[in-house]
Amino acid sequence: MPLVKNGKIIDDPYLRVLDDAPVPDDTAVIVPAERLLADAGDFALRAGRTGVLWPNARNVSDLVPHLERLSLVALIFPTFRDGRAYSQARILRERYNFRGELRATGDILRDQFLFLHRAGFNAFEVAKATDASAFVDVIRRFSVFYQPAADGQSIALRRRLDHTGSRSATNSMA
Amino acid sequence: MYLYDDFDRTLVDERIDEFRDQVARRLSGELTEEQFKPLRLMNGVYLQLHAYMLRIAIPYGTLSSEQMRMLAHIARRYDRNYGHFTTRQNLQFNWIKLEDLPDVMADLGRAGLHGMQTSGNCVRNITTDQWAGVAPDEIEDPRIWAEILRQHSTLHPEFSFLPRKFKIAITAASHDRAAVRVHDIGLRLHRNGAGETGFEVMVGGGLGRTPFIGKTIKAFLPKRDLLSYVEAILRVYNQYGRRDNIYKARIKILVHDLGAEAFAKEVDAEWQVIKDGALALDPAHAADITARFRYPEYERLDDNPEELRKARSSNRRFATWLDNSIANHKVSGYAIVTLSLKPEGGPPGDATAEQMESIAALAGRYSFGEIRVGHEQNLVLPHVAQRDLPTLWEKLETIGVATPNVGLVSDIIACPGLDYCSLANTRSIPIAQELTRRFRNLDVAHDLGRLHINISGCINACGHHHVGHIGILGVEKNGEEFFQITLGGRADEQAELGALLGPAVPYAEVADVIEDVVAAYVELRERPNELFIETVNRVGVEPFKERVYATR
Ligand code: SF4
Repeated sequence: MPLVKNGKIIDDPYLRVLDDAPVPDDTAVIVPAERLLADAGDFALRAGRTGVLWPNARNVSDLVPHLERLSLVALIFPTFRDGRAYSQARILRERYNFRGELRATGDILRDQFLFLHRAGFNAFEVAKATDASAFVDVIRRFSVFYQPAADGQSIALRRRLDHTGSRSATNSMA
Repeated sequence: MYLYDDFDRTLVDERIDEFRDQVARRLSGELTEEQFKPLRLMNGVYLQLHAYMLRIAIPYGTLSSEQMRMLAHIARRYDRNYGHFTTRQNLQFNWIKLEDLPDVMADLGRAGLHGMQTSGNCVRNITTDQWAGVAPDEIEDPRIWAEILRQHSTLHPEFSFLPRKFKIAITAASHDRAAVRVHDIGLRLHRNGAGETGFEVMVGGGLGRTPFIGKTIKAFLPKRDLLSYVEAILRVYNQYGRRDNIYKARIKILVHDLGAEAFAKEVDAEWQVIKDGALALDPAHAADITARFRYPEYERLDDNPEELRKARSSNRRFATWLDNSIANHKVSGYAIVTLSLKPEGGPPGDATAEQMESIAALAGRYSFGEIRVGHEQNLVLPHVAQRDLPTLWEKLETIGVATPNVGLVSDIIACPGLDYCSLANTRSIPIAQELTRRFRNLDVAHDLGRLHINISGCINACGHHHVGHIGILGVEKNGEEFFQITLGGRADEQAELGALLGPAVPYAEVADVIEDVVAAYVELRERPNELFIETVNRVGVEPFKERVYATR
């Protein structure tokens, strides 16, 4: 499954350890939430980067004490119709200022890219290769957005005012 | 009218391009119908029993003459020469071909129309009073806030995959014509003790399988906080609403399960964190949107001018129409005119391409180029000078939209039912048609007074049967069409769900039963002007039941 990060298809540097298998010390790994929470101390001492796979039914505030030591949070879309992780993503980015990799996993299709991107995701495990290679085009399809989100867009109402402000300024100079 | 600027136009254009690409991928086979489904749904394209159906958003029910003309063009060019106005102030075309859809969208886009927010589990087209901006009993124009919410919710990155669809309605009048208590969020603009205007916020209303009247979770929300508060509600719902069972996924179930108080607490906790952020509105935002609404330059006219008085006294049919279809306007010398899309024997809410064109022209001539769509599936010309009413009436008569039955027994709300809808248990349009024939005598209808009949072809309740004074719900019994009748529902500020009359009746008997119910009302009413709904309130359903089932 292709991984798109910051607009490019890359090899996944992370190893997924989803069972109780030992975690190599210097490799980048993704572990399930329970394992991270149970062995938080051990993970903090590792040399390699640590990421967590966080369920969409669990409050992301539980993750706050660990965020500083995490380089990646992977959120889950069991089907594209289940949009809970959009809220989790925005909360992680906007409220808890998480700056690491925020990865969308599960049923990820091209027509969600823009929503995901705007909600704060910067990495995507894409189901279809054709979708992955279309990523950049799809993201650029829209140039205007009405609402602020985790992508730093400002509110349309605000931008219009700024725009009108600068236009009337030009007018008054003429 | 709200005037699109470059920003709004760009977004619609980009959306059309995207959809053209999606249809191309479907036609080439790159997308299966299964994969295409969510994409078309996000543009208002449904697959019905016989064909694709396109639902077009008419934000807060306001249309320009130009837009109406475009709808006529679509009906003629791509459909079977008619369109259907729905209870959600939208328009549906029932016979559109898949390969035509991108062109249809492009044509619509030229008039600022589109299908966004008319389907899918997102925030749907925001609805409001069809008399917004002209009703004498409103404190301000609620469309300003509907537009602010429309923009905020359009292609929202967090709330496009909610547990279920989400409907918001706003009223700013003392009489609620927007049915705000039966919406996921209902907003009522009102003044607090200090004279400021703000919103009463209700959540968890809705019809369908488990109907609820919305509960007030905030008595007064300042305008600056509207977006942040709505976002807090949506965020709580997006995370905690049920996704395991489609019938329990609406916010009303979450509100009911948690209790309104606990739900309000959750919302408040979320809101406290975001209320002073990017979503806080200042008066300049509302002023900017208000400035984009074009209001007519009314003349200074007197009420009840001579032309009107003369015509009224010399023509009884005109007088009847006047008493029935005209409402008071907040500007003197003007009137609000309702155009009945409920002719005898016609499917409720249908308009032909010719009618749409004529209405567009008449609106241009007599209503400052503006038309409204009401949730009762009628149209409205909102700014007609009273002196023009006699001439306008004649023209409306010619095109068949001057039946003086607005608000009366034959002004029936009905969903598409089994004639179109793939979810239907039963037909509903033919029932409505038959009832308009039974109650064709307008003198009788006027004597009966205000009486709302609402018909749904299944429990999804698109015909809002729970809140009809008489509600008719189609159910299936051993492969046959049966109908449950309820009495006493209402959608206004005293919103109430109807009570069941008795056992369901077969298709062939529905019209007879409704006639019996109405006859019972005439016997039971205390005085000639006691309305049907008042009689039901006073005596309950029991006396009706006795009468109807005694002989069955
Ligand atoms: S109420 Fe049922 S039958 Fe009628 S339109 Fe809605 S889903 Fe279809």
